Amino acid sequence: MSTKNKWGKGGSLWINPVLDKEFRLRMRTPRSFFAILGYVLVLGLLAMGFIYVTMTSRGVQSGMRFDPSTSRMLFYVLSIAQLVLVAFMTPALTAGVISGEREKQTLNILLTTQQSSSAIVLSKLLSSLAFMVLVVLATLPVYSIVFLYGGISPSQLMLVFLFYLFTMLLLGALGIMCSTLFKRTIIAVIMTYGMTLFIFVVTGVAYLLFMAVVQQSYYSSTPPPEYSWVGFVLGLNPVGAMISIFEPEISKQAFLVNGGNLQNQAPISLWLEFVLVYAVVIALALWVAIRKIRPVGRRRDEAEDAPMPRSGLDGSGEVAEMKPADGRSDKN
Amino acid sequence: MIEIKDLSKRYGSFQALDNISMNIDAGTVFGFVGPNGAGKSTTMSILATLLLPDSGIAKVSGFDVTRHPKEVRRRIGYMPDFFGVYDRFKTDEYLHFYGASYGIARAEREKLIPQLLELVNLSDKKDAYVDGLSRGMKQRLCLARSLVHDPEVLILDEPASGLDPRARIEMREILKELKRMGKTIIISSHILPELAEMVDQIGVIEHGRMVAQGRVSDIQNRMRVNRVLHIRTLGRQDELAERLRDENHVSRVLSDANGLQVHFSGQDQEQMQLLRRILDWEYEVVSFNEAQTNLEDVFLEITKGGAAT
Repeated sequence: MSTKNKWGKGGSLWINPVLDKEFRLRMRTPRSFFAILGYVLVLGLLAMGFIYVTMTSRGVQSGMRFDPSTSRMLFYVLSIAQLVLVAFMTPALTAGVISGEREKQTLNILLTTQQSSSAIVLSKLLSSLAFMVLVVLATLPVYSIVFLYGGISPSQLMLVFLFYLFTMLLLGALGIMCSTLFKRTIIAVIMTYGMTLFIFVVTGVAYLLFMAVVQQSYYSSTPPPEYSWVGFVLGLNPVGAMISIFEPEISKQAFLVNGGNLQNQAPISLWLEFVLVYAVVIALALWVAIRKIRPVGRRRDEAEDAPMPRSGLDGSGEVAEMKPADGRSDKN
Repeated sequence: MIEIKDLSKRYGSFQALDNISMNIDAGTVFGFVGPNGAGKSTTMSILATLLLPDSGIAKVSGFDVTRHPKEVRRRIGYMPDFFGVYDRFKTDEYLHFYGASYGIARAEREKLIPQLLELVNLSDKKDAYVDGLSRGMKQRLCLARSLVHDPEVLILDEPASGLDPRARIEMREILKELKRMGKTIIISSHILPELAEMVDQIGVIEHGRMVAQGRVSDIQNRMRVNRVLHIRTLGRQDELAERLRDENHVSRVLSDANGLQVHFSGQDQEQMQLLRRILDWEYEVVSFNEAQTNLEDVFLEITKGGAAT
């Protein structure tokens, strides 16, 4: 590589040397290209499989049509599958970025440079997310099948992609926090997957359980409630939040108890609740990562300006003191 | 330039540093000597702003490492005892990356990096991938990396560890050049001969305590209280050995075919009087000299040889 392509003046985050280094090193390995290939293949096969199953199950009588409503269903399936793939890949990409440097013994050197803790953490996060964005964008041709048959507007597609970006940011922030807190990458990865599992599965199961309990107690309440707080639990689940982007009515139904009035408004859209709650989580996770990557400075009061001892050479080059520097016997 | 006062650091129940204090003036090459686990790397990590002390003060160029770490980082070049490199980087890219990390403009780096590579004898490896370099080359590259922002102070933790003799000599020559350039260098080693030629001051640390500190020659002089004298006479050697055993300051006398080996605890004045007495006794003295102590002897004497490796 020619030196003409080397980094510009460091300092700004966007041309940050750490970010540039991450891009450069990530794209120098064939692993990245195979990851993209594998990802697109999985999603492509899923789309093809869905089309095949749908058309064959309808049989010849229905004319083997693939109408806009089926296309819309394919979009939902692809979007949820992609969300799950994002949940699998993001922790793997981010949970090792700091602990990996620590294990390779490159972190200490990086921490003695002029790069701020926030520049290091955010550059690492951005580079990992940039790769994930590349992977997700590489699946756009698969989505073009949906556009071929209609049923979905470009704005919906854009909203879904923005939702992916937010989910990546969330899982990436948690990943980088674990990577900073845990010395070993394997532990950081396990912890990040644990948190991902909680967000994706535990919140969904909790919603179903709570809703069952609320439904059971419905008739014992007087007057019977129309709304329940249980909907807020579903708003913490990425799948529930994403479905509320496709079908805004879902937000309403998530809060409704049996017999509720569908004319009423939901207290909050599920996706909006998801974004608001997890924006705080992202901010907290990044704050912890930035705070913990370096030892934190502390204040000193009395001792700060105390004169220093002058054992060893003084300014004149003479030996000021030749006894053990700490005043102890040199036999210890 | 470097000021440390009552610095302590504990890892669980292990006291890594126990109130150490030292002062290193600008332009000094300070050899930090001690056995493995004595506290050298801990001290250096604190100076490099990588570790917080439990108590005490450490300052570089007047900046406290805990209160003004950014100012300290600007002024130090740090080379850890163990370090990794980014494998998919080329040698000059590696230096460009760190140069950019210190905010050095590209045009400036374009001029600086060839000079650094030349200083560490890696000019011909400019386009080589870092993972293809030998251990010695990686050490030299890391040294060049620590110089990329022209720091006032170099903190070098075991820079020659794991190197073969040739690479060790090359490293030593580079360090001498840096000394000529006026850098303040704090260099740790548990292998003493590699330091002996180039350091102005040494600090001997053991079990987290600074057990001796000062100019090498002065510490050597101090250690000469236990000097060894080699005496050779024409005949009557055993008789002289007997007489010397009764002398003050003589703790041990060994006699062999090469002459007498006298363990002597007196100073220069007493040594001169001893020689005069031997001549007064009319022994025919062919040679009377003092065995040279090197840094290793000094270290072993100070630490009583306990944990030296």
